[in-house]
Amino acid sequence: MDIQVIIENLPLYFSGLWVTIQLVAMALTCGLILAIPMALAASARNIFVAFLPKAYIYFFRGTPLLVQMYILYYGMAQFEGVRESFIWVVFQEAYWCALIAFSLNTAAYTAEILRGAIEQTAFGEIEAAKACGMSKPTMYRRIILPGAFRRALPAYGNEVIFMLHGSAIAGVITIVDLFGAARIVNSRHFVPFESFIAAGFFYLCVTFMIVWLFKIWEAHWHAHLHRRETDKVDQGATVEPSADGVPD
Amino acid sequence: MLDLHGYFPFILKGMVLTVEVALLSLLISLILGFVGALAKLSKSRIANTIAALYTTIIRGVPDLVLMMIIFFGGQLLVNDIGYKLAEFSEAQGLPFNLGWDYIDISPFIAGVATIGFIFGAYMTETFRGAILSVPQGEIEAGYAFGMTPAQVFFRITLPACVRHALPGFGNNWLVLAKTTALVSVIGLQDMVFNAGQAGGATRQPFTFFLVVALLFLVITGVSDVGMRWLNKRYSAGVRRA
Repeated sequence: MDIQVIIENLPLYFSGLWVTIQLVAMALTCGLILAIPMALAASARNIFVAFLPKAYIYFFRGTPLLVQMYILYYGMAQFEGVRESFIWVVFQEAYWCALIAFSLNTAAYTAEILRGAIEQTAFGEIEAAKACGMSKPTMYRRIILPGAFRRALPAYGNEVIFMLHGSAIAGVITIVDLFGAARIVNSRHFVPFESFIAAGFFYLCVTFMIVWLFKIWEAHWHAHLHRRETDKVDQGATVEPSADGVPD
Repeated sequence: MLDLHGYFPFILKGMVLTVEVALLSLLISLILGFVGALAKLSKSRIANTIAALYTTIIRGVPDLVLMMIIFFGGQLLVNDIGYKLAEFSEAQGLPFNLGWDYIDISPFIAGVATIGFIFGAYMTETFRGAILSVPQGEIEAGYAFGMTPAQVFFRITLPACVRHALPGFGNNWLVLAKTTALVSVIGLQDMVFNAGQAGGATRQPFTFFLVVALLFLVITGVSDVGMRWLNKRYSAGVRRA
């Protein structure tokens, strides 16, 4: 093990880490913004409304992220219309191609998670909202979406980790992210073990940080699901809440 | 609509390799997952720790990074060991050479090994959950009949846990099939790699990558049908509302 090489190249690794975090954070933000309306449309009962988002979700979840990124990065140059128009500024940059591919991909996964969470809303909650005289938008804003976000939180945490790991392929199309940095160190010094293990270590640290963050968020947003202290003392009051937080 | 300039058989050849890599690594991951689940559930502290380390590290590091470590690093390691052993044999004056000459680890083996190794960790978690969800009463009943622990495991726990393992298994398989696309990065001529070549030669990369995406949808679609069939078969006799 030649740790010296890694120490010398630490600045490169940190700049790569910063690019990775940037890419993932921006992709997740754009993905979430796209995913919310998509999830609402996909959970609609009207087939015509639900068809397009469902097809989108099926395509992006059924094909590898690498291929999606290649379609944008290598594929877009095939069309003269793209090459001669102003959007070529975007598609000739590997960075933007990766960002768009990641955003579209995570939007599909997030939409699917949210759709599941929306469809799991307890009937009673919707009935209660209707009985209170809420309009549909109010009902979505106050009842369905807040509950769905809560239920989606654990699955979304997994998706964030998947996006972080998936983002490593950005290094394949010349972007110097964390993986790209490891590739450069390897090709300069030929230290495959050290260079990639160092990158793996950084990814592991970020993963742990994400897991920890979601634990905190879950403790906050799922506070109503945790057993209270009194429940433990009073044996008679141990009513298990069901998975969606509503006692049956 | 799609003019492939006669490259379609070339892409299909890549698809065969993709499926081969996927199935072989599935086999490895099943074995590793099985062993891992048993290690996690065993009473041995050492086995627990090793299994926990395995699943934590694998699930915390991107598959592409792991693939590079195994592909480049594994090659270095194997040849280092071979060289050291050869040196050792010579120094000790052994009548035979323990070491070996330079070996090229093929990308195929590296790809299959890595993907199998990664998904072994995911399978470990799936199988662990499935084994735990077999009702305790069934296992006790087995012991009450005078079965040995091995008999209880193979006759009761294993067949009963298949139903619980299937959904997770299906998910893992779909993710695994998509992960095989990464082997193109280490130079294996799978369908993504071939599409890149064909796309470069015909100057139609979009067309070829789109075809590959559609072929992946074919793989996932066929898997879906297969999973549904398996689910039906192993859920026979389960009461449903």
